[in-house]
Amino acid sequence: MKRTPFSIRVLPLLMLSLGLASRPAPAQLEVDVTAGQSNPLPIAVIEFPMPGEDATVGADIAGVVSADLERSGLFAPIDPAAFIQRPEDIGEDELPRFGDWRAINAQALVTGWVERKDDGRIEVRFRLWDTFGEDQLVGYTYRGGEDIWRRIAHKIADAIYERLTGESGYFDTRIVYIAERGPASARIKQLAIMDQDGANHQFLTNGANLVLTPRFSPTSQEITFMAYFNNTPRVYLLDIDTGRREILGDFPGMTFAPRFSPDGRKVIMSLAIDGNTDIYVMDLPTRRIERLTDDPAIDTSPSYSPDGGFVTFNSDRGGKPQIYVMRSDGGDVRRITFNEGRYATPVWSPRGDLIAFTKQHRETFYIGVMSVDGAGERLIAEGFLAEGPTWAPNGRVLMFFRETPVGTQTVAQLFSIDLTGFNERRVPTPLDGSDPAWSPLIP
Amino acid sequence: MRFKLLGLFAAGLLVAACESTQEASDVDAGEGAAEVTDTVVEEVVVEEEIDPRSAQYVTEILGDRVYFDFDSSVINARAQATVKRWAEWMNDYGDVVIFVEGHCDERGTREYNLALGERRANAVKNFLVALGVDPSRVATISYGKERPSIEGHTEAAWSQNRRGVLVLE
Repeated sequence: MKRTPFSIRVLPLLMLSLGLASRPAPAQLEVDVTAGQSNPLPIAVIEFPMPGEDATVGADIAGVVSADLERSGLFAPIDPAAFIQRPEDIGEDELPRFGDWRAINAQALVTGWVERKDDGRIEVRFRLWDTFGEDQLVGYTYRGGEDIWRRIAHKIADAIYERLTGESGYFDTRIVYIAERGPASARIKQLAIMDQDGANHQFLTNGANLVLTPRFSPTSQEITFMAYFNNTPRVYLLDIDTGRREILGDFPGMTFAPRFSPDGRKVIMSLAIDGNTDIYVMDLPTRRIERLTDDPAIDTSPSYSPDGGFVTFNSDRGGKPQIYVMRSDGGDVRRITFNEGRYATPVWSPRGDLIAFTKQHRETFYIGVMSVDGAGERLIAEGFLAEGPTWAPNGRVLMFFRETPVGTQTVAQLFSIDLTGFNERRVPTPLDGSDPAWSPLIP
Repeated sequence: MRFKLLGLFAAGLLVAACESTQEASDVDAGEGAAEVTDTVVEEVVVEEEIDPRSAQYVTEILGDRVYFDFDSSVINARAQATVKRWAEWMNDYGDVVIFVEGHCDERGTREYNLALGERRANAVKNFLVALGVDPSRVATISYGKERPSIEGHTEAAWSQNRRGVLVLE
């Protein structure tokens, strides 16, 4: 359970001078994130040479960078077999032969080198090139232990994504979720964690107790989740690095639906007393509890706005489950969903402009997004059961789970999708998966 | 029915044990036991009746569950009859302490269903309390949609999964 301590040093790489001052300013190479997957940007990523060593780490890094970019739906990595200029022929202090890359329609080119330092760590230097503008767009040096080469690769992919889309990246992140197996009536559920691309998978609980709805702290290596330890359904806090687990508060009733505040100092959750579920918030440093809703209806699934000023939540106070927004002190409650159907699990985008939700209408479940006032509803995914959206830290991509009937049983799987509804991808997990939660960018 | 047969079988074993291990000096006991197998069947059955405080009594005699309509925690007429039976039983056996589990079908989100299951379990509890059961004898727990009783994706399965279940503590 203990993770290898790691650190990656990042340094900007100096631009290679072109000495072509008279060259007309090229059109800026950029990727329109709203344009959809109809025209992903062709990009070439060379296998990073590691001079003097017979190691594959440079090729491995290039593979992870390419896979990250491809999965975003915004980039189309070019098969290395098509490369005209061989990676080993590109000198680190020279410009690539841009014409060779334009000839295979690579609009962007990623070059890089790996070097082992005296202390055994590796140094990875990468540059992103605009092949038509014949410009270096960005370049960084990363240093770290060789065992964290995957994280270096994700950071490189994030730097490329950021430079070309203008949006922050989301590849150097992790997913905590519930791994599932067994028959529906006796389902075994385990807390599990993995990198955003499915690598480095590990189980955090052994399946002896039912665990549900894990959520990442935005500021620490902690998870809050709900579990039935000792047959007592309560909210827990888990330190991922140490494995230390503690119950969050000593309440007379069931606590569930926990989520961190944006500053990581609070956990907002539901507490059921005598059958009535309301929303409470616990200040973690002082463990002080504050009640936010007081209504005979079900009030659950609370989620903070990124500025911490508001909370969106699910309530059936109008007769059936709908989505509401209130101030984070509990005041000024407003209903924001009025369309047909049952609305649940609102999750505020980290950018603040949208709320993702689960909608149930007739026989179908949907994942949707809407403005924070409820306007502009857009349904982006559907299924027999689709539930539990979670935002990537850049607020562009969502993950959710879908259950598909197979006979009397169900297959539960994780999926990612762009907020515009394109590029739905299954996220592979060793067992069935549900209740995904995306981490912030790893510091 | 099955339990009555088990009772007779146990009595038969007892006789066999007596006959094989006791000498002729203990003839009286042997004869008495033999008589039981021949004629006093009724007595054996009464002695081995299901313990009303047992889980088997709850599931086989009393009935351990009530059902709810979709997204409802109302104790309907049929459920009322069952819960009244539970209340009488709890009032007869004042030492019995129970859990009421609240469950939901799969047609809702996880967190909403946890709340709904809690509401159902408490609706049952409140009905029991109204019928004179001390609230300290009734604990509640919600499993939301996590523990369906019937596996399947039809209304027939869902209607049996929207339930409150009495479990002995």
